[in-house]
Amino acid sequence: MKSLESWGRYPRVEQRTQALTWRSDALPEVSGSVLPHGLGRSYGDSCLNGGGTLLLTSGLDRFIDFDPATGVVRCEAGVSLDMILRLGAPRGWFLPVTPGTKFVTVGGAIANDVHGKNHHCAGTFGRYVRRFELVRSDGSRRICSPDENPDWYGATIGGLGLTGLITWAEVQLKPISNPYVLQETVPLANLDEFLVVARESEADHQFTMAWVDCLARGKKVGRGLLYRGNFAPPQFDGLPLAKSHLSHGIGLAVPMDMPSFCLNRLTVSAFNWLYFHRQNGKPKQRLTHYDPFFYPLDAIYGWNRIYGRKGFLQFQCVVPYSTARDALKDILERSSRGGLPSFLSVLKTFGDIPSPGWLSFPRKGVTLAMDFANRGEKTYRLVEELDRVTREAGGAVYPAKDARMSPESFAAYFPRHTEFAGYVDPAFSSSFWRRMHPVSLPFSLESERASGAPQPQSVLALR
Amino acid sequence: MKKVLVLGATSAIAQATVRLLAARGASLYLVGRNAANLDAVTKDAATRGAAKVESKAVDLNDFATHEALVEGAFQALGGLDGVVLAHGVLGDQAESQATWTATEAVLRTNFMSAVSLLTPLANRFEAQKAGTLVVISSVAGDRGRQSNYVYGASKGALNVFLQGLRNRLAKANVAVVTVKPGFVDTPMTAHLPKNKLFASPEKVARGLLRAADSRKNEVYVPGIWALIMLIIKSIPESVFKKLKL
Ligand SMILES: Cc1cc2nc3c(=O)[nH]c(=O)nc-3n(C[C@H](O)[C@H](O)[C@H](O)COP(=O)(O)OP(=O)(O)OC[C@H]3O[C@@H](n4cnc5c(N)ncnc54)[C@H](O)[C@@H]3O)c2cc1C
Repeated sequence: MKSLESWGRYPRVEQRTQALTWRSDALPEVSGSVLPHGLGRSYGDSCLNGGGTLLLTSGLDRFIDFDPATGVVRCEAGVSLDMILRLGAPRGWFLPVTPGTKFVTVGGAIANDVHGKNHHCAGTFGRYVRRFELVRSDGSRRICSPDENPDWYGATIGGLGLTGLITWAEVQLKPISNPYVLQETVPLANLDEFLVVARESEADHQFTMAWVDCLARGKKVGRGLLYRGNFAPPQFDGLPLAKSHLSHGIGLAVPMDMPSFCLNRLTVSAFNWLYFHRQNGKPKQRLTHYDPFFYPLDAIYGWNRIYGRKGFLQFQCVVPYSTARDALKDILERSSRGGLPSFLSVLKTFGDIPSPGWLSFPRKGVTLAMDFANRGEKTYRLVEELDRVTREAGGAVYPAKDARMSPESFAAYFPRHTEFAGYVDPAFSSSFWRRMHPVSLPFSLESERASGAPQPQSVLALR
Repeated sequence: MKKVLVLGATSAIAQATVRLLAARGASLYLVGRNAANLDAVTKDAATRGAAKVESKAVDLNDFATHEALVEGAFQALGGLDGVVLAHGVLGDQAESQATWTATEAVLRTNFMSAVSLLTPLANRFEAQKAGTLVVISSVAGDRGRQSNYVYGASKGALNVFLQGLRNRLAKANVAVVTVKPGFVDTPMTAHLPKNKLFASPEKVARGLLRAADSRKNEVYVPGIWALIMLIIKSIPESVFKKLKL
């Protein structure tokens, strides 16, 4: 048993691991349940399988082919988005949709149907997945696409790794004329301003997102900076086309777990104050390489360790425009009142481009993501409250970032969950999935207990 | 190395080496046993920028195919200037102690098949007066230990063979590079508990190519193993035989 962590380092569960090496191999035979695991960039328990086995896909990292004329790349599921960028960017092809870190696998990007800063004009990652192979525990292999096995295609995109193992996938990249982004930063006084500026920005910016100061209160709730941008036109400002495609990150690493006193209300508010005022109230334009624009956090390798050994919880919700203002205000105020600093809080808007994935999280509205240092019960209760507020607002919480949503909420957020359940592979399970289905445990409590996993207090608490 | 034959191309270290060679735009002739896996490595190399990739699925324990295999590689790439010999098995010491058959299998794959392949390769390289032969051996060949002396013996024999070959080919301008990795985190060692001394196949591949580029004789990768093996080799036999190693 090995404790493999998710990005938030909470919850901690014990599980076996089994490395996969070849895409044509059969699934390994193990007792208990299995779950594919990419680069573990999911925050909560959806990439964990307490008491079971994680199938590590990082060895499935080969390319199959890439057509520089059409931008279609075919690769194994453990290939990271970083590897795709290294291949594509110098040849003028970029990811059609990318999350805020490039250290995720293609399999993980499909299983969570990830979104980027361009959801309003591009939709989710799943839309660009032309085909993939799905291997089930009964030994069957299916090619899934909008035309072949469309039901398996729809269930697996956003399917949280539960429908089987994706061995390879074919993804359509999008053309860019150079690796630079023309970025504009606009200061926002509060949430109302965000709602106006974000909508306006969508018209002529492919990428938008806002950083919010979570500790601002009263009229200042939602104070922050909005970033918007487009890939720069070719030869902008006389810059050479396709200069280095290599990382521009400063390449720091967090060498160890930081003691938890480093993060408190004071340090976070000081950081937020500095960050906000650096901007001196005026919009700013600059040209920036794609790396710092899309992946600012990747420059600090292992930044999740800043939160110390107890880890942290991320909470990301989306709420419809009709309830956005009140619900987000409520959520931001609750978290700031709770006295639990959220270092990084991000607001974005989602458009209404549908995803092929049945359990896809993005839907039209406003999305807010927050990090909370794990201070035990206090934090869990806060996150559970935010889940409830989201549900009442008719929104949804993102399973990839979740550790506390209730089974009732899950059912409400994902109306196709019952249909989906019929596609879950009987040998596959996850800590998240068991948390959402506490009564119909596919694997016995006994085996999880015997595994040395922490003793669950109640069936509900079992992960 | 621009036109390279890779023997045992589906092994983890070879795969990592193939990627680095492909990124440099080399032409490659890849040989492995499992056709499907070899195909995966071949396509990966082509996508990553190899100028040309050909492959052949054969069992290298079948010595009768070796001459034709070498001929085929020269034909396919229009000549060769590099070879990376990477196939090998770890074997099971307990089984080897129990039966000669198990011991023989290890010696055949790790030593005899290498010699059988290096014989025609060395002759051609000697004739063309150019080229680099890189052979992956192991630190285990430096001193016999009870825990894996059959594997160690196969690699030790290989090391001596390579020394002789190097001595013979030096005047023909052919480099013979013996690469001695320590513990490497690969499917071959998946069952072993890992510690800090385990290196990634990528790290070993970088060390291997650095050694090949500078036409080194014998290299330990990672370099720390030079020190470790110096110590292990210098323990007097009278003491060594009492150790549990
Ligand atoms: C700094 C940071 C920023 C982020 N920003 C965003 C963002 O902007 N938008 C967004 O959507 N997400 C974002 N995320 C979340 C991240 O994109 C997702 O969690 C992503 O799915 C992680 O991929 P992974 O390869 O690490 O997979 P893991 O986290 O290891 O696994 C994720 C899921 O994929 C499944 N899976 C993995 N491989 C396979 C396979 N081969 N076959 C079947 N199932 C598989 C797993 O079972 C699991 O359910 C961010 C994460 C971080 C750390």
